[in-house]
Amino acid sequence: MNTQLLLIQVFNGLVNGAFYALLSLGLAVIFGMLRIVNFMHGALYMLGAFTAFALGQAFGLGFWPSLILAPLIVGLIGVVLERSLLSRLYGLEPSYNLLLTFGLTLLTQDLVKQVMLSQYAVSSAPYTPPAALSGVVNLGFVVFPKYRLFVIGLALVVCLITWLVIEKTRVGAIIRASTENPNVTRAFGIDVGKWVTGVFGVGVGLAGLAGVLAAPIYSVEPYMGAELIITTFAVVVIGGMGSILGSVVTGFAVGVLAAVGAALYPPIANTLVFILMAIVLLVRPSGLFGLPEGAR
Amino acid sequence: MHKKTLTVLLSAALTAAPALAQSVKLSDNAVKVGVLTDLSGVYSELSGQGSVKAAQMAAADFMAANPAFRGKVQVVGVDHQNKADVASNKAAEMIDRQNVDMLVDMPTSSAALAASEVAKNKKVVAMVVTGATTALTNEKCNKYTFHYAYDNYMLANGTGTAVTQRGGKNWFIIYPNYAFGQDLNRQMTAAIQENGGRLVAPSDATPFPNTDFSSYLLKAQSLKPKIFGTMQAGADLVNVVKQYNEFGLKNQGIGLGIGLLFETDVAALGQDAFAGAIATVPWFWNLDARSRVWAAKFEKAFGKKPTWAQAGVYSATMTYLQAVARAKTDESDAVVKALEGYSFNDFFARNATIRPQDHRVLLDVHTVQVKPKAQAKENGDIFTRLSTIPAAKAFMPLAESKCKM
Repeated sequence: MNTQLLLIQVFNGLVNGAFYALLSLGLAVIFGMLRIVNFMHGALYMLGAFTAFALGQAFGLGFWPSLILAPLIVGLIGVVLERSLLSRLYGLEPSYNLLLTFGLTLLTQDLVKQVMLSQYAVSSAPYTPPAALSGVVNLGFVVFPKYRLFVIGLALVVCLITWLVIEKTRVGAIIRASTENPNVTRAFGIDVGKWVTGVFGVGVGLAGLAGVLAAPIYSVEPYMGAELIITTFAVVVIGGMGSILGSVVTGFAVGVLAAVGAALYPPIANTLVFILMAIVLLVRPSGLFGLPEGAR
Repeated sequence: MHKKTLTVLLSAALTAAPALAQSVKLSDNAVKVGVLTDLSGVYSELSGQGSVKAAQMAAADFMAANPAFRGKVQVVGVDHQNKADVASNKAAEMIDRQNVDMLVDMPTSSAALAASEVAKNKKVVAMVVTGATTALTNEKCNKYTFHYAYDNYMLANGTGTAVTQRGGKNWFIIYPNYAFGQDLNRQMTAAIQENGGRLVAPSDATPFPNTDFSSYLLKAQSLKPKIFGTMQAGADLVNVVKQYNEFGLKNQGIGLGIGLLFETDVAALGQDAFAGAIATVPWFWNLDARSRVWAAKFEKAFGKKPTWAQAGVYSATMTYLQAVARAKTDESDAVVKALEGYSFNDFFARNATIRPQDHRVLLDVHTVQVKPKAQAKENGDIFTRLSTIPAAKAFMPLAESKCKM
């Protein structure tokens, strides 16, 4: 393979990497703060795409308002789910929340499928990018869709902001304290439960955002999150469970590696990430950016 | 003289309707058609409830034309979820519990093969319409399975030949990495080479299912073939074509050759995204006046225009029922005998013959090009016919078949 093709694929991989990063960032925030393995993250990503599609169908809303509204709606759904269901499982075996979120995933997928078939008579719907971002740009070494460049850029900005908020602000400090030592934090007069709910809402809101961004690239369909979520979990494990920086860096890196892998030897494209995960776990059991459980 | 009159009267009485009905031997006094299809998944739009409706229409039309069978043809529709194990269980259940005499439709190759195996063991006729694999009339052929409408060989041969002969000499092909795609890639490559074309790079196998094809499209961009061939189907095909447009390949002068195309794929993405693409189909609703008449009837009954899969289900069901009428029984061995070597013409199957050696139903097929929306005369007018491949040339020659029945 020539260097130009390699360069093209590195660039192209950043697009998928952007989705991995946004999704694994949400998963990492939720796991790091709440210790919830949110198996429903893929379904919430799909809900983001579906909400954007449905808003367009029902109110004629275009991409831009949906980009703001859909993540808010998905975040709100997350808040309701956390308050009504997940919060009852805190302190129990982690397998309970795994089963609950997995069940909710199946439920959500089938529900959306029924709605799509009965309301819109389609099982997979196209969604077009906004006019300002349609078309291609010639980058010299490759002709690339404008919209995909926008996805890379926006994902980078959102990841950076999330990281800054958690690491550098007072809000971040409260969140970190609430999860490190809830009792002491409570003693300072902080309502820990409220913060936990908020963090969950923001985490799934990020999944919703990724969903809206994905809608113009992939068709909107009920199972679009099912496969992505498995890769995303692998990304989280490679990056280190709960590590914000790890999930972002690994997300982009895995996207690039998979694209280059797919170009060099196509059959390996889907397996590459798991091979990588196996190697990383052998060398660093807590992931590339993760700290051993006792050192937290 | 008197004796002769008596004979005439007697024979007239004997041939009257009730007498004829008795002379037709039906198991549990009914012919039961089982539409084994996808009622909920990715192929439910192109087959699904529409296939059940088509079979019901065939049953009604047949009963109207054959009074002896009035009220005796029944249709049941069952969901096989495109899974081989489910297809196998549902087929067995329909045959054992509901006394189904014939299975029809069967989208997804693996599900079709599984159901065909059950049909063989339970000695029930299976007419595969929507399943694509040539294995059904090759190494996996059996006495009770018939392959209707289309198969991989016919698709690849039709499109590969048509596109290459129209000047699309240089190809780059991607295919989904499972039996259907591998088979289609092989056949397509052979058809291209036979017509003086070539591949600019070895075909790429893509994961299945898959949503992101950007790597392969970027590779195509740098290889600059005349034609980008995609052997993906259904939702995967929609994603490939969507991204083919997104990356601007069409504007860079790279044409699109499609292995398997259903009307519903075009509808899912919009006609303009597919405009110019060439594919091979056994039928389309506005092929000619005769097709249009049937399609209008279907649309009135179902609310949507028929896909070629659904039209094929009608035709296959009717062909089976007519064989039952000729055999005067629904006993499978007799029906198989009535089907083998049978030549016929209906709105769907033109110049059709059922090849006795491998049970391939041969019929005229058509290479088509997708029209831009601006050229469509009415809603659903998506194909321009480029050429018709006669039945004798459209399918795999018997000499190449590995079928031992």
